[in-house]
Amino acid sequence: MATVSGQLPRPQMRQRRRWGHYVVVALLLGAMLFYLAPVYVMVMNGLKDKSYMTLADMWKLPRYLNGGGFPAAWQALSPNLGNSLRMAIPSTVLGCLFGAANGYLLSKWKFKGSDVLFTLMLFGMFIPYQAILVALISTLQWMGIYGTWYGLTLVHIIYGLPIATLIFRNYFVGVPSELVEAARIDGAGLIGIFFQIMLPLALPAFVVVGIFQFTNIWNDFLFGVTVVFDPSNQPITVALYNLSGTNSVDWTVVMAGAVLAALPTALVYILLGRFFIRGLLAGSLKG
Amino acid sequence: MATASSAAARDTAATAARSRRFSLERVLAPLLLAPSAIALGVFVYGFIAFTVWVSLSNWRTNRRDLSLSDPLLRTYGTLFNTTRFQIDLRNTLVFTVIFLLLSAGVGLALAVLLDRKIFASGFFRSVFLFPYALSFITTGVAWRWIFNPETGVNLLFEQLGINHLLAQFGMEPLKPGWITDPTVAWQLNGVLAAVYPPAADWSLKLGIPMAMIPVTIAAAWQLSGFAMAMFLAGLGTVPGEVREAAALDGASGWQLYRDVIVPLLKPITISVLVILGHVSLKIFDLIFAMSGKGPGFATDVPGIFVFDKMFGAQQYNLGAAASIVMLVLVSIVIVPYLARQLKDL
Repeated sequence: MATVSGQLPRPQMRQRRRWGHYVVVALLLGAMLFYLAPVYVMVMNGLKDKSYMTLADMWKLPRYLNGGGFPAAWQALSPNLGNSLRMAIPSTVLGCLFGAANGYLLSKWKFKGSDVLFTLMLFGMFIPYQAILVALISTLQWMGIYGTWYGLTLVHIIYGLPIATLIFRNYFVGVPSELVEAARIDGAGLIGIFFQIMLPLALPAFVVVGIFQFTNIWNDFLFGVTVVFDPSNQPITVALYNLSGTNSVDWTVVMAGAVLAALPTALVYILLGRFFIRGLLAGSLKG
Repeated sequence: MATASSAAARDTAATAARSRRFSLERVLAPLLLAPSAIALGVFVYGFIAFTVWVSLSNWRTNRRDLSLSDPLLRTYGTLFNTTRFQIDLRNTLVFTVIFLLLSAGVGLALAVLLDRKIFASGFFRSVFLFPYALSFITTGVAWRWIFNPETGVNLLFEQLGINHLLAQFGMEPLKPGWITDPTVAWQLNGVLAAVYPPAADWSLKLGIPMAMIPVTIAAAWQLSGFAMAMFLAGLGTVPGEVREAAALDGASGWQLYRDVIVPLLKPITISVLVILGHVSLKIFDLIFAMSGKGPGFATDVPGIFVFDKMFGAQQYNLGAAASIVMLVLVSIVIVPYLARQLKDL
């Protein structure tokens, strides 16, 4: 085989390669149609006005661009969008800070048993949260913060710690230890080194962890629906689920609501996708 | 002499001070880690221990009752004898197998297709990973409409003329029930009964619940991009010399991947399967929003079972027991993986 293909005249070879190229692009375009179909359904049906179109027109483009279901969806969901933001931003920021400190200590100040401790902490990001819910709710009740947005914020900070610690630890492992040694000779201590040397270097890790935490927290449903019972305090995912189950609301509003719920993380992804992928790979430990 | 000795004394003093600070810092590191470690210790391990206790207790109404049941494992006996939970375990198995094949297979295929100089490859990669950034609830709501037999895909079959074409060949129109289809295909009860007669009377039908198929498609749609990104990262580490050497040996593009590159991806494939596998064992939101329990529990999974038992029926011990079963299943996948990581640290 090898000699035969080696003897092929060059033009023919190039032509075959070009055909292969077209096949690859065609396959990718086909896959793209499949990957974008649900997004198309959400956006286009959200934009439709049900007085002009029915569900039988699901795959058609909207006839008029007058906002469709979006005004009604905004009216129904904007308080919950606010709830999600109010909860996601502080838990992202605090989660990042704790993660950075933990990652620094676990990579540059190893002590006996620190690797085991790190692994035990990591286990927390894999557990099915169903297995801690009863105790979580009892504890939040005992602390007097069950049902509040700051209770939910605390929950997200704690269960976000493993992944934040992991990404920061893997990042700081890559920072040369000579920097720490040099700073120590200059008289800087553990805390000084963190604030003067590590934090300024860690900006990329902050972006990665920030995006990852924000996406995870924004997209959470299980904690939102079990920790917060008052609908006016619930996050957007729970409100969207409730909206989609209401028969009195038509499908254009539900689809528009789905777009609104997806928009913040979708924008983060579109604007900062590069960091998103990096976080994804860092968050899956090391291959 | 005097100056020298005082310098030496100053030196020892400085060393002593430094070592004192040093030992202080040795204590400081674990001390500063303590808040996070304690929080996770309580919120992960402590809470799991409490859930185990609840699963062994008599707490099955809205009134908390933490007295231990007699026999101790009674609730687990009840759980495994509950037809719905048996169905859930079957569904989890079916879902996990099909979902892993689909998402890892599609992810690998997309990665191989994108692993070359190609027009707009960055754009394609972003499109395929995009669903990963969205919440399962959002996408579940969209997929529910797409796999509703009256709208969505079936409408597309109709409008693209596929049914018209089938009618011309005298065939039935293509109109699957999707998430409303209660049938369980390829039932094994009969086969099993030949070896183990009681299997004929089981209320659990061993087979593939058809309503699970659209759910796995939706899940693979959402997570195959993750597999693709992992595989692409793995492909990026394959040295150029390996590719060149194989090309010099006359390997075609297909042979290069099949015989040389894909075998090199084994470690990353294990990571992909472990991570996606543990996601599929705990899957909840997507199915909850897309089809719920499904007809005859056709799309029910342990995650939904726990939610229903705890927050609907308030049978806390039964819900807790089911959640511990979930935890055990996830641990079987995750603990060896974490142990291997620890060894490499």
